[in-house]
Amino acid sequence: MSRVEAAVPAGAVDVPRRPGPLWTFGLLRSELVTTFRRWRTLALLGVLAAVPVLVGIAVRIETGDGSPDGRGGGGPAFISQITNNGLFLVFTALAATLPFFLPMAIGVVAGDAIAGEAGAGTLRYLLVAPAGRTRLLLTKYATTIAFCLVATLVVAASAMLVGALLFPLGDLTTISGTRITFAEGLGRAALIALVVAASLTGVAALGLFVSTLTGSGIAAMATTVGLLITVQILDQIPQLHAIQPYLFSHYWLSFADLLREPVYWDDLVRNLGLQGLYAAVFGTAAWARFTTKDIST
Amino acid sequence: MAPYESDDSTTGVTGTTAGEADDLRSGRRTAARYVVPVAVVGVAAATIGLVPALASSGDPDLPKITAQQLIDRIAQSDVEQLSGTVKITTDLGLPDLGGLESGLLSGATGGSGSAGGGSSADPSAKLTELASGTHTLRVATDGPDRQKLSLLESAAEYSVIHDGKDVWGYDSKSNEVYHSTADDSAAKGDRREEPVPATPKGLTEEALKSVDATTSVTVDGTMQVAGRDAYKLLVKPKQSGSTVGTISVAVDAKTGLPLKFTLTPAGGGAAVVDAGFTRISFAKPAASTFDFTPPKGAKVTEGDDHGQGRESGKSRDDSAKGDKGDKGAKGAQGLEGFPGLSGLAGSEGAGDSKVIGEGWTSIAAFDSGSKSGLPTGSADGAAGAAGDLGGFLGSLGDKVTGKFGSGTVFSTRLVNALITDDGKVYVGAVTKGALVKAADADH
Repeated sequence: MSRVEAAVPAGAVDVPRRPGPLWTFGLLRSELVTTFRRWRTLALLGVLAAVPVLVGIAVRIETGDGSPDGRGGGGPAFISQITNNGLFLVFTALAATLPFFLPMAIGVVAGDAIAGEAGAGTLRYLLVAPAGRTRLLLTKYATTIAFCLVATLVVAASAMLVGALLFPLGDLTTISGTRITFAEGLGRAALIALVVAASLTGVAALGLFVSTLTGSGIAAMATTVGLLITVQILDQIPQLHAIQPYLFSHYWLSFADLLREPVYWDDLVRNLGLQGLYAAVFGTAAWARFTTKDIST
Repeated sequence: MAPYESDDSTTGVTGTTAGEADDLRSGRRTAARYVVPVAVVGVAAATIGLVPALASSGDPDLPKITAQQLIDRIAQSDVEQLSGTVKITTDLGLPDLGGLESGLLSGATGGSGSAGGGSSADPSAKLTELASGTHTLRVATDGPDRQKLSLLESAAEYSVIHDGKDVWGYDSKSNEVYHSTADDSAAKGDRREEPVPATPKGLTEEALKSVDATTSVTVDGTMQVAGRDAYKLLVKPKQSGSTVGTISVAVDAKTGLPLKFTLTPAGGGAAVVDAGFTRISFAKPAASTFDFTPPKGAKVTEGDDHGQGRESGKSRDDSAKGDKGDKGAKGAQGLEGFPGLSGLAGSEGAGDSKVIGEGWTSIAAFDSGSKSGLPTGSADGAAGAAGDLGGFLGSLGDKVTGKFGSGTVFSTRLVNALITDDGKVYVGAVTKGALVKAADADH
């Protein structure tokens, strides 16, 4: 109790001091280091990296005798093309992880961002430092976005590696039936990874908002992941088609449109716009909540 | 525990009363700040609601033109090169078949499209998906020899590519390829010779075939389609008894190319067929668009041995799933065989058919060769298809009686079919009453 009392005037005194921009980078760096050094984060990334390995080995065993995949289009998107070109494993892995694994990992990290600190009793110390709540929130969001990107790149890189080891590479056939060079295919894979990472920014903002509502990290993570599952289910119910275009996961698979020739931009643009909207709405909601909240832990 | 003020609060006082006041103020401030996200939602909703309204900034001003001049302009249209995106919505009112078909064939749910044997890349099986729901198509044309039609699916695409004498079908979902040469594709039906039947142009040509004394054609103002100025041509059957209400065609003012085709049923409600360009360019498509080499490892089905493949598929795969898939596929073929889907005026029929009536109320009549009313044998064309339809849709039909005896009428929103108990089939885009009348007269 006495520590808290002592901290109050300290915080009040610190306010007039305007921290320089360098300080923000320091805060961001320390946040990034803290996040990516956690065992929890590393374990999540490990699970994500294992998905393409499993998919790759399964497809390899299934088609090992040289016969084409006879299942006729079941399973995740692009899975039947993996045997032609290992690069397709990148797209399959992203299509397989995007509906659940990736956003779940984001939900864990985003949900933990504020609530985890509050639960561990470290949030007040962060606020004692001359950061300001808005700045701290932005740093947390930036860290979560960085995790989105790293998580996506981990899946893509692992898939690329497994694809190169197990399957042939070379010119690839787009889903429109035209051929593009392997270099262009790599470029599109990179672009797709970026789009997938951007697709997760909406969930990240939602998780951050939930995280400002509670003092328990576990509760925030569970709520975020629960919301994610709910939205995914709602997106499958045909009777709800009127609201589905506004669900954050509705256009997630639009990244596949980058593999058409010419690229079909409509849904991609809608997806990015929707993610921006979710980020704006829940980002500002998190700000409204966090900057006026009583922080007692 | 004393509440912790936010950092930009200047009150350093702690105490019970001050704390309560802080609570109140803090609550008010939270509410005030929540205005920001609410405002963001409001702005977004307003943008989504208003932008399309503002974008359609009235109809373009174009010189007056008569209906005949406009029809001539369509006929003279010599657009050889174009690429664009077409959105097509069909609502034929086939509730059960529609659901079964989309469940089995559309592949939107992961699809067991090829369960019934044969290749899922076969154009005739694949393009029947267009018979229900909303689809996005891409078309590209470069002269009479090179065309491409792609059906965009979720994370997959189905393309029909006509390049010289080769016709390729590529289904990226199952990685299957269908190949035939232009000769046998012509025998199978000219659908792939002009792989743009689903485009406004193909539909318009079909509709204008039946323009004669029984039709009223007017120019109904102008509109904008895919950013281009267009005249609106309104085609209306004069005869009563037709299920076709109006056909509206947007014709590009510069090139005479139909850009949008809408068929509204006489019974009212949503359009039965609505196909229009959402994007169009008259530039020459890239040559690589029409180049197709089957990807390594893809299963290639040649057009010639395709029938055999289907047969063996059927006999080999007699599991419940395979059986259902086969039926679904056949039902879908039945759809295609329906006069009216491709020739909307109902002018096509099986070999020994005859046409009763003229213009919009013409009815195709033929003998299914079966005396059982709802034939289950595999007769040719629409008869066999109708039989298969009858097999599992029998309960959906309405029993009717007349001078001809009795029979069953199957209704959709556009096409009605009467199958009499002595095996005669009458099909047309006409009302039930007109079908019965035709059957009576024929008897």
